Amino acid sequence: MLALNALAGETPTSLIQAGGWFLEKAWIIPALPAISFVLILFFGKRMKYKGAEFGIISIAVAFIFAICCVGQWIGQVNNADSYTEKQEYHDGEKHSDEADHHETLSDEIYRTSSTEEGPAPSEDMTVLAVAEGGDGSGSVGIKPVVERFTWWESGGRAFQVGIMVDGLAVLMLFVVTAVSLLVHIYSTEYVAGDRRYTHYFAFLSLFSASMLFFVLSENVLQAIVGWELVGVCSFALIGHWWEEKPNSDAALKAFLTNRVGDMGLLIGMSILFWSAGSWSIIDINNAAINHDIGHSTLLIASLCLTAAVMSKSGQFILHTWLPDAMAGPTPVSALIHAATMVVAGIYMVARLYGVFFEGFDIAGSSFNVLAVVGSVTLVGAGLLAFVQDDIKKVLAYSTVSQLGYMVMALGVGAWTAAVFHLFTHAFFKAGLFLGAGSVSHSVHSFDMKKSMGGMRKFMPTTYKTFVVCTIALMGLPPLAGFWSKDEILVGTGGWGLFGGTGGNGTYVFALVMGIIGAALTCAYMTRVIYLTFFGEFRGDTHGHGDPHESGKRITIPLIILAVMATGAGFLNFPVGFLTGSKAGWQERFGHYVEPVATYFPPIAHGTPSWSLAIFSTVVALTGVSAAAYYYFVKVNAQSPAATELTNGLTEKNKAAKAGHTLLKQKYYLDHLYTDIIANGTKGPVADATYWTNQKGIDEAVNQVGKQTARAANFVYEKIDQNIVDGVVNLSGKASEGLGETTRTIIQRGKIHQYAAIMFAATTILAGLLIVFV
Amino acid sequence: MLLVQFLLLSSVLFCIGVYGVLARKNGVMVLMSIELILNAVNINLVAFGTMTNNIAGEVFALFVIAIAAAEVGVGLAIVLLIFRNRNSVDLSSMDSMKG
Amino acid sequence: MVAQNVFFGIMALVMICSALKVVSTKNVVHAALWLVVLLAGVAGQFLLLGAEFVGVTQILVYIGAVVVLLLFGVMLTKASLGEEADLNMPNRALPAVIAALMFGVMTYALIDTFRDTELPRESVTTTAMVSDSIFSDYIVPFEAVSVLLLAALIGAVVVARKE
Repeated sequence: MLALNALAGETPTSLIQAGGWFLEKAWIIPALPAISFVLILFFGKRMKYKGAEFGIISIAVAFIFAICCVGQWIGQVNNADSYTEKQEYHDGEKHSDEADHHETLSDEIYRTSSTEEGPAPSEDMTVLAVAEGGDGSGSVGIKPVVERFTWWESGGRAFQVGIMVDGLAVLMLFVVTAVSLLVHIYSTEYVAGDRRYTHYFAFLSLFSASMLFFVLSENVLQAIVGWELVGVCSFALIGHWWEEKPNSDAALKAFLTNRVGDMGLLIGMSILFWSAGSWSIIDINNAAINHDIGHSTLLIASLCLTAAVMSKSGQFILHTWLPDAMAGPTPVSALIHAATMVVAGIYMVARLYGVFFEGFDIAGSSFNVLAVVGSVTLVGAGLLAFVQDDIKKVLAYSTVSQLGYMVMALGVGAWTAAVFHLFTHAFFKAGLFLGAGSVSHSVHSFDMKKSMGGMRKFMPTTYKTFVVCTIALMGLPPLAGFWSKDEILVGTGGWGLFGGTGGNGTYVFALVMGIIGAALTCAYMTRVIYLTFFGEFRGDTHGHGDPHESGKRITIPLIILAVMATGAGFLNFPVGFLTGSKAGWQERFGHYVEPVATYFPPIAHGTPSWSLAIFSTVVALTGVSAAAYYYFVKVNAQSPAATELTNGLTEKNKAAKAGHTLLKQKYYLDHLYTDIIANGTKGPVADATYWTNQKGIDEAVNQVGKQTARAANFVYEKIDQNIVDGVVNLSGKASEGLGETTRTIIQRGKIHQYAAIMFAATTILAGLLIVFV
Repeated sequence: MLLVQFLLLSSVLFCIGVYGVLARKNGVMVLMSIELILNAVNINLVAFGTMTNNIAGEVFALFVIAIAAAEVGVGLAIVLLIFRNRNSVDLSSMDSMKG
Repeated sequence: MVAQNVFFGIMALVMICSALKVVSTKNVVHAALWLVVLLAGVAGQFLLLGAEFVGVTQILVYIGAVVVLLLFGVMLTKASLGEEADLNMPNRALPAVIAALMFGVMTYALIDTFRDTELPRESVTTTAMVSDSIFSDYIVPFEAVSVLLLAALIGAVVVARKE
């Protein structure tokens, strides 16, 4: 089947151009929330619902638009599938006589755009041609919809703004608009009566617009703009209640930690620009895949971009901002720090996958930076989630851990798995966060140990949706998490022992960490469920009676998300799972999302393995049962209101206690950043620099000035005064002396003397005249 | 008669007159010495005139006489004035032009 | 010839002696009188040379007017009658040297040039010849001298009058 062949990691031999009204007008999707942002800023306070209606309407329309885009894209892919031998040639553009399949998009784009410097800088539809193909037996790829217009030109280069719509972009459009819409609706109840309600919705709209803008970026410059914009919105929304210092500190921490990674982003993008000669994502990918860029350049660029991913997507060691970001309102955490913004890093890697694939030599190795970073993150964060009392912090570490999964997946070459996990994770993590928000909304606190317990009696809907999402997170079949996590594990390619190979390399380390992470996830989520929903209620409702279920606007989004968490997994059945007539349902997700184009590297796909699936499920269940035993049996036996065993392991065992402290201190990373690095720079380094400046640099300059002044003084005194003026004065004095002498001799006033001299002179002259003449 | 004897005579008188001008302290004596000089010149002139048979020599000598007379008049007037102001005609003490 | 030379010699000797006396005598009045002798000798020399009018004019003007004027001057400047102690400048050597030098130079030049020039005999210039020359060739200097004499006269009066 052509469709499956297209996924076999080959570069397509023929391409058709995707088109469609919604796809070409996809820039409307970010524009709607942007307009809503402006409207809310100007008119929000006067509106009946304080601006929330702008936000909800705009995002709802955007969501519908996104669904239309999805539909159209699916149609385009189906068109490509039915193309067998028909190939279309572009008219008007003469190619050179090369029958090279790898007619790069970049050349065409350059040619067409360079001939289109018309007076109107409006969008131009660059209708791109089909490469001259072979005999039609190869795979048919789809060129994404690319629209752009030149913003300005400088230095011979044109800076363009545009959109690139392909499967991945369409997927992200759907996810962002869906989760944003649910969060908007949820927020109307959650932050009702807040001191800055309108402001909140304004920034929610701005964030949605920024994220959608980022997702649709056609070139890396635009992506950087979008990246920074979402960072700013995150800062604003985390610090929504900035009057309390911890909140503003958290916002600053988020922004500044992201800044550290952004340096890597800028350097990496610059390297790519200079080596590929273009800002366009497609061009960069093409250049990377076709080996137009040197390998070490790609490696350095990939490392720089990995730093950006580490900060934005909360990988070790720049993850410290994510748990602190929970200081923001819960819907914000759900939208930004679970479903959308933190996946910006994942998205960026997925977009520029050609660079990473070539730069890190993902194919055929067993170890690379992305995989290691992801693996370490997922286990490290998983461990940290055990010692948190705040329910949101647990979920935050869980997010970090799941992001580690995605990064690891990208590192091992399981592109589709990573993106699929992104898709499913968005839904169940948002559901978990919103559920936590629902619980805390009724008990007005996030502390599980102090304020929660036995909530299933009070909040059944929340309880059920929370449990559903948890099971999805744990990766137990048949819920969504199972399918996506399993595909990641398959993609590592390290399961050759048990049958099932393929993949891009043999990343055994990644596989091991992934399995351990799965166990940890199950364990800490079980802990959360026990502490929150079981046992006795430990909280204090301040005389409001028992906590009660939240309103419809909270519970309905929860239900929707739970449904998505259940069903999303079915979009990507692994190959070989279904047989017979249902085989066409396999890999639907991957089929539509994974690009088949020249700008996507030829990645290999792992063969799914039943044994791995069973093994991972068993591991997950082991984790669940261990934690369940600990909590449901032993702690409950101690007391229904207890939260932990009093004579537990950490009390008895010193090593365990040390480990516990290490986890509590978050591996001392915050200590490192704040005390050692920041204070060290503020203190000794700054002082040393200041001293160098004052004593070294300024002193040198001052000395130069002083020496010059002294030299000038010397010249003035010794040379000018004494010598030069001396000469002048001497001549004057000589004349004076001569005059004096002459005067005393000659001009004494004696007339006789005058006469005598006169006569004598005359005589002598006459004598001379007579004698000589 | 040789011309040269007159000329020598005239030069002797002239030199004596110069000596007198330079060596005499009294103003009037100086004037007398000047007369000596002028007369020596007159002899010279007339001798040359006779030698060349030209009347211009004598005419010149006449004019010299006339001018000498005028000069003595004015000179004496000045000496008188000096005497009136300084009460002495001692020329060696008339050094207010010193310097 | 001889007689002229003899007369010339006598008169020259007298003149030189009197000139020396003029510049060395300590008596002012005696100096004036010796000057008279000198002037007479000069007149004689003029006559010897055949310039009658000049000789006579010499006696008239010089002896008759100038010396009288000088004597008036002597009188008016209260020169002590009789010998004065210091009529000469303190330093008399230098003027003597200068005079000697001058005499040497002139003598050398004159003898060198006019050694053998003879004066013509019997060349007497009459008054008529002189007057003819004055009033025809030299009329302008004549008038100038008249103006000069006038100026000198007025000047002397102006300078010497009592305020």
